[in-house]
Amino acid sequence: MIEISNLSKRYGNFDALKDINLTISKGTVFGFVGPNGAGKSTTMSILATLVLPSSGTARVGGYEVTEYPKEVRKKIGYMPDFFGVYDQLKTIEYLHFYGASYNIPRSEREKLIPQLLDLVNLSDKSDSYVDSLSRGMKQRLCLARCLVHDPEVLILDEPASGLDPRARIEMREILKELKLMGKTIIISSHILPELAEMVDEIGVIEHGVMVAQGKVSDIQNRLRVKKILHIRTMERQEELTAFLRDEAFVSGVLSDNTGVHVHFSGGEEEQASLLQQMISLGYPVLSFNEAQTNLEDVFLEITKGGLGQ
Amino acid sequence: MNWSRKWINPVLDKEFRLRMRTPRAMLSVMLYILALGFIAMGFIYMTMYLNNNNGGTQQFNSGMSQMMFYVLSFSQLLMIAFMAPALTAGVISSEREKQTLSMLLTTQQSSMTIILSKLLSSLSFMALIVIATLPVYSIVFLYGGISPRQIISLFLFYLFIMLLLGSLGVMFSTIFKRTIISIIVTYSVGIFIFLITGLLYLFLSSMWQQIYSGAITPPSFSWVGFILGLNPAGAMLSLFEPEISKSVFHMNGSSMNTDAPIQLWVEFALVYTVVIIGSLWISIRSIRPVRRRKKHKIMSQEKIMEPSDNIIN
Ligand SMILES: Nc1ncnc2c1ncn2[C@@H]1O[C@H](COP(=O)(O)OP(=O)(O)O)[C@@H](O)[C@H]1O
Ligand SMILES: [Mg+2]
Repeated sequence: MIEISNLSKRYGNFDALKDINLTISKGTVFGFVGPNGAGKSTTMSILATLVLPSSGTARVGGYEVTEYPKEVRKKIGYMPDFFGVYDQLKTIEYLHFYGASYNIPRSEREKLIPQLLDLVNLSDKSDSYVDSLSRGMKQRLCLARCLVHDPEVLILDEPASGLDPRARIEMREILKELKLMGKTIIISSHILPELAEMVDEIGVIEHGVMVAQGKVSDIQNRLRVKKILHIRTMERQEELTAFLRDEAFVSGVLSDNTGVHVHFSGGEEEQASLLQQMISLGYPVLSFNEAQTNLEDVFLEITKGGLGQ
Repeated sequence: MNWSRKWINPVLDKEFRLRMRTPRAMLSVMLYILALGFIAMGFIYMTMYLNNNNGGTQQFNSGMSQMMFYVLSFSQLLMIAFMAPALTAGVISSEREKQTLSMLLTTQQSSMTIILSKLLSSLSFMALIVIATLPVYSIVFLYGGISPRQIISLFLFYLFIMLLLGSLGVMFSTIFKRTIISIIVTYSVGIFIFLITGLLYLFLSSMWQQIYSGAITPPSFSWVGFILGLNPAGAMLSLFEPEISKSVFHMNGSSMNTDAPIQLWVEFALVYTVVIIGSLWISIRSIRPVRRRKKHKIMSQEKIMEPSDNIIN
């Protein structure tokens, strides 16, 4: 659905994007991660036909963005990272305006818009001025706006930035529905840890370079993110700590009043044998579990160290 | 209401709604008419009462009403010069500043539709204001001396000025990222068109007269007249009094029976039509950064593909 090859963008002497390659197949939800200024918005703007690449190509549904911008615009719903609304319009007029701008006849819009408002839970606000909506509501309205022409691809640039936790959860629920509708979705950064269970693939970009890309689990493995084991004993915690320090596959041990935290790089067999050893040595183990590493850890792991602000 | 759906595109529809919904719109119409009304009243007051001392009661006659028509027309010309940049120099850049432009640009509306609709909506609003001043002109009609034809040509001329300043405003609004800069540049160009051309004409024509003041046979034709044709006031004057054009091109009175090479207002219209078209073309070209390239290559590839498909079938 989306093919980006050797895409570069220069602003003066500054490389905002360097040789980006990316393929996203139909129906995939792609998470685009990277620190501020990494080039996420630039990539998305190029896909949205708003920025001209310096070199390389980007295709959406087979159409090259600089050669067939009009066709590309038909296929995408784009939500910019920062956007405004026309304050003097009512919610329903706002959607009618964008619907009409996509050449959707009025009769169709009249059927479609109530459905969209329902999808983003704004049905009761249809006659309110856009001005009076909360930030979360505006964000959802903007999402409804992206959907007005039923695009195959959604390009959402930090759709949850600046939202409170509740509004984020609402946004996530809507995105799940969109995924079920079979849309191809590219979504960038912040909300990503919360999106972990719905994102199929991620791409990590830093300083305009794609540093990692693929299935979430593959990337986790490739980066060998260590497991953290959390062990609680009834007594002899210090003795256990000392024992664990000398074990293989253990790279760090931390003991506090909640128990012992072990950085463990072994696989499942090694993990099972560690538990067996502890039991055979007579430690009164209360619990032994694996702290979940999530996407956020992956993100931190990848981008730790050299981040430009 | 089928006609409106056909002729009013979504961008125009939105612009009308946004503009007319603010109380500011009605307020500016009111202030504008009041200002022109005050000028008219002031003129009547000055001619009827202040001139009284040198000869009894002065009647407001048709000659004075013609004078008043000129005063009103030039005042209104100035007011349009102030209004048009303010109304148009922000149409694109303000959408950029309010961060609505990128979403508008990803719709199916063409660059031409967006630019022309923005311009047209501003022009309609200005036309509304100017037409709303017609009652002020009724004073002139009351005392005669002015034909409806002159009024119509005056209003068409105003429309042209609004189109000119509007196109420049839209162009700068598209080129410059910030509204404030666009407004400053548009006013600067406005000052050039309204003031600098006039001053240049005055300066050059006085030079001309000085150079040839001692000559026995001064040249009958002076190209300096063309400069006045670039000035809105000069063009407007020639609209009222076609003789003006002759006199600016032939500065020594002897050859007044030769025709002017061109009426000043015709020159004005021709030159600035080019400016208008150029400005709009630049606006349309630069509102979207992405242009179509190399399309023909891909088309020809597709054409090559088609026959082989048929063979397989
Ligand atoms: N119009 C521009 N002119 C110059 N530099 C730009 C422009 N747009 C973006 N940049 C630079 O390109 C880099 C990438 O920006 P962006 O794509 O917005 O990053 P992200 O969305 O990942 O935070 C940044 O360093 C930014 O300063
Ligand atoms: Mg960004």
